[in-house]
Amino acid sequence: MNIIVCMKQVPDTAARIKIKGDGKGIETSGVSYVVNPYDEYAVEEALRLKEKAGGEVVVISLGPDRATEAIRTCLAMGADRGVHLKDPSFEDADPFVTAQLLAKALSGMDYDLILCGKQAVDDNACFVGPALAEGLGIPQATVITKLTLAEDAKSVTVEREVEGGREVLQLPLPALVTAQKGLNEPRYASLPGIMKAKKKEIKVMDAAAVGVSGDDVKQKIETVSLSPAPERTAGKIIPGEPSEAVKELVRLLKEEAKAL
Amino acid sequence: MDFQWTEEHRMIRDMVKKFTDQEVRPLAAEIDKKKELPQALIRKGADNGLTGIAIPEAYGGSGFGEIGYCIMMEELSHGCASFAITIAAHQSIGCMPILLDGTEEQKQQFLVPMAQGEKLGAFALTEPGAGSDASALRTTAVEDGDAFVINGSKIWITNGGIADVVILYAANDPAKGPRGGITAFIVPTDTPGFSVGTIEEKMGIRGSNTAELIFEEMRIPRSQVLGKVGEGFKNAMATLDYGRLGLGAAAVGASKEMLRLSITHANERKQFGRPLADQQIIQFYLAEMAARIYAMESMVYRTAAMADRGERFSRESAMVKYLCTEWQDWIVDKAMQVHGGMGYMTHMPIERFYRDSRINRIFEGTNEIQRIVIARDVLKKGEY
Repeated sequence: MNIIVCMKQVPDTAARIKIKGDGKGIETSGVSYVVNPYDEYAVEEALRLKEKAGGEVVVISLGPDRATEAIRTCLAMGADRGVHLKDPSFEDADPFVTAQLLAKALSGMDYDLILCGKQAVDDNACFVGPALAEGLGIPQATVITKLTLAEDAKSVTVEREVEGGREVLQLPLPALVTAQKGLNEPRYASLPGIMKAKKKEIKVMDAAAVGVSGDDVKQKIETVSLSPAPERTAGKIIPGEPSEAVKELVRLLKEEAKAL
Repeated sequence: MDFQWTEEHRMIRDMVKKFTDQEVRPLAAEIDKKKELPQALIRKGADNGLTGIAIPEAYGGSGFGEIGYCIMMEELSHGCASFAITIAAHQSIGCMPILLDGTEEQKQQFLVPMAQGEKLGAFALTEPGAGSDASALRTTAVEDGDAFVINGSKIWITNGGIADVVILYAANDPAKGPRGGITAFIVPTDTPGFSVGTIEEKMGIRGSNTAELIFEEMRIPRSQVLGKVGEGFKNAMATLDYGRLGLGAAAVGASKEMLRLSITHANERKQFGRPLADQQIIQFYLAEMAARIYAMESMVYRTAAMADRGERFSRESAMVKYLCTEWQDWIVDKAMQVHGGMGYMTHMPIERFYRDSRINRIFEGTNEIQRIVIARDVLKKGEY
């Protein structure tokens, strides 16, 4: 069972994000980066499958130099080796280009299952997983909360959240799935794991190694502008006896907030 | 000189920070209240390598040395001093004596399961009559065939009541005192003749276990003598060099937590129509907290690097322990002042940090003893 996990390094969810002067990107200095939380579910699921069915877990990531650390963190969780797609021409890769680069890089590799997070928490595009499956011509299921490998290891059964219910799908392998919160509880990159990860291989692939150039890496999506979410205004405290205060709260919810 | 954190340092910090945020901090108030650490928390910490970060891989640890250990202690101390000190007493003074002077067999038999967290360690030196004067031990070890028979008691032993292995220092020749008269023993706590006495009630670090240990006709085979007979005091002092350094790192972590909470409070709390952070005197408090933290952090990691290079660092670890723990107390005090009445209330963590902080100026050698160590060194050298 060879499993590939696609992982993105994203700003720490607790980081304070500032928009750059040109309004098209974010200030990256002083920001700490982490493994995209949804990708952690993907790594964990891959490790659990490997523990059951054997094989190898490879983590692949596209990003600048700093992304090595996120790959290394996945290796410390227990993945076997890493692949780092890194080239100056990849720096502006949008989700479409990223999916194409990943498809190119993976086409020469041997895999039974590809796991991604359902979305990256920085751009929330939810794009790369599905587009990668299309690029590779393999079946996909998104936003899964449960995965079971068939006895013969030729298919997986997954559960996915749908509006008001749950859908169960069976996919022949190779296939791609994207992980939703609830799929599992990701383990920590343990301290002995961090030491072991130092000796694991991270293969760097540049544009030539992936086999792309020029138009292949040209952005298809242009960022027009970024603006911060409006600042939250202070809450309102309703004083007085609870019975009176509740009446006032209901009135405000009806008349001011128009929530009722 | 290279004062850069490496990738592995950042990974250690991220991991322990995450562990602290998710597993430790949410339980800290309850641990303090119940005066007990959940067994599951210790287990989970052990499973993730907290019990052996500094111990070489060959002996069941992760092999990150003192720099790794200090980063871990710092991050754990953001959350809960009771848990941090339990891990510290286990590793830094429980495992370290065996790593320093143990035979290969002793390391395989005792150190490996300790570093892996299957067995918890403790360090037993202090006695009712031997505190700062640690060499005045009255627990005796009398040779009898291929064993030593030990009688006596120890007090205020961190992890004493929950440890599986205790490193015990006893007088084999009271007349000789620290020079040739004290021997270190590896004592599994299920040894006949070993018992736990009073579990102490404390002002702070209430979730950590502090116990009296009693030894009655306890036979310890010669194979569990640690180092040479009569050279136990050297082992104890060398071990405390590591313990003191780790306390400095714990002080850095707790101090950073106090600064973080103080900044948040100063920004949110409004008086006289504006945030406290607009008041210059509050800014000065925050600035001095930050400046002291910078000095503390600098000395901790410079000294940790000395230890990892195999240099002597007794004087430096005494300096680290002395200054970092004095300043930690100063910083928690200022944090309480910034928080005002809110800091004094038990629903905020400030008062717990205030109580937890105070012991650091006392244990693993009082800060008066630290200054004796430093003074001896400079008087001998005649210069810095």
